Amino acid sequence: MSTPVFEDLQKGQQIGTRELSFSRADLIRYAAASGDHNPIHWNDRFAREVGLDGVIAHGMLTMGSAVDLVSVWAGDPGAVVDYQSRFTKPVPVPDAASGSPETATARLQISGKIGAVDAQQRRVRVDLSVELLTEAATEAGPDQQSHQEPVRTKVLAKSQALVQF
Amino acid sequence: MINPDRQGHQYPPAAPYQVSREAIREFALAVQAEHPAHHDLDAAQALGHHDLVAPPSFAVIIAQRAEAAVVNDDEAGIDFSRVVHAEERFTHHSPILAGDTLSSQVTLERIRTMGAGAMVTTVVQISAEDGAARSTVTSTLLVRNEEDAA
Repeated sequence: MSTPVFEDLQKGQQIGTRELSFSRADLIRYAAASGDHNPIHWNDRFAREVGLDGVIAHGMLTMGSAVDLVSVWAGDPGAVVDYQSRFTKPVPVPDAASGSPETATARLQISGKIGAVDAQQRRVRVDLSVELLTEAATEAGPDQQSHQEPVRTKVLAKSQALVQF
Repeated sequence: MINPDRQGHQYPPAAPYQVSREAIREFALAVQAEHPAHHDLDAAQALGHHDLVAPPSFAVIIAQRAEAAVVNDDEAGIDFSRVVHAEERFTHHSPILAGDTLSSQVTLERIRTMGAGAMVTTVVQISAEDGAARSTVTSTLLVRNEEDAA
């Protein structure tokens, strides 16, 4: 993908979308890489004891994963001079019913659009939408399930990256 | 109980953190960051960086080490078993690169008590060996009151 030309950028333009998925193994990898070993991110019993339904992803894993869309679009991750998010809803990552713990059990959709252009500072604000996709509960049979639109839950709010051109 | 008088307190600097290529690669892999400048030296240098570029949220590693001073501060009275992460912000004055040695210092910027508990904001200043400001990490935590626990 070619690097965007600052002069061509306008508020409202889409920068793209990306789908991400998390498995239990991904949570362990993030715990190791970040040093955040809070057991709510890997131990179901502990998570339930503190009032959660089970293990949830690190908010910082969701936030940290969402921004690569901006880095790739901008052409240089070093151009992301500011990045902020609010954590509004947890991302549950249940244990896979069987098989490998690498099996993804949470699916996120990231999309970004230009929220503001600052011509003087040559900066663009990218507003990210980060949604958890879950299968809609349905009474229909299994062959109808695949046509069902997933339920979308916003898990980050005010997720904004400033890109310096 | 949270002690609102601790607002504004600045803690001693944390031990310097040395940014390695492997730490950047491991973190980039963990956050599924595919930009080649996190993984491949030639790709980073082609963009004008002298070494691998850390992902935008990598500074959380350094910030959390500094924030440990707040966690261990009995006078602040924050029960970290009752904390929910509410907001995070990274401001980079220049990108964090492999080979950097970074120092960090945390300030308990704001304590706002509310009915359900308190909002606590910490600010970590990350600077280079020569003292130049590199990144600012602002973190806001929601601390629930003990009596509200289920």
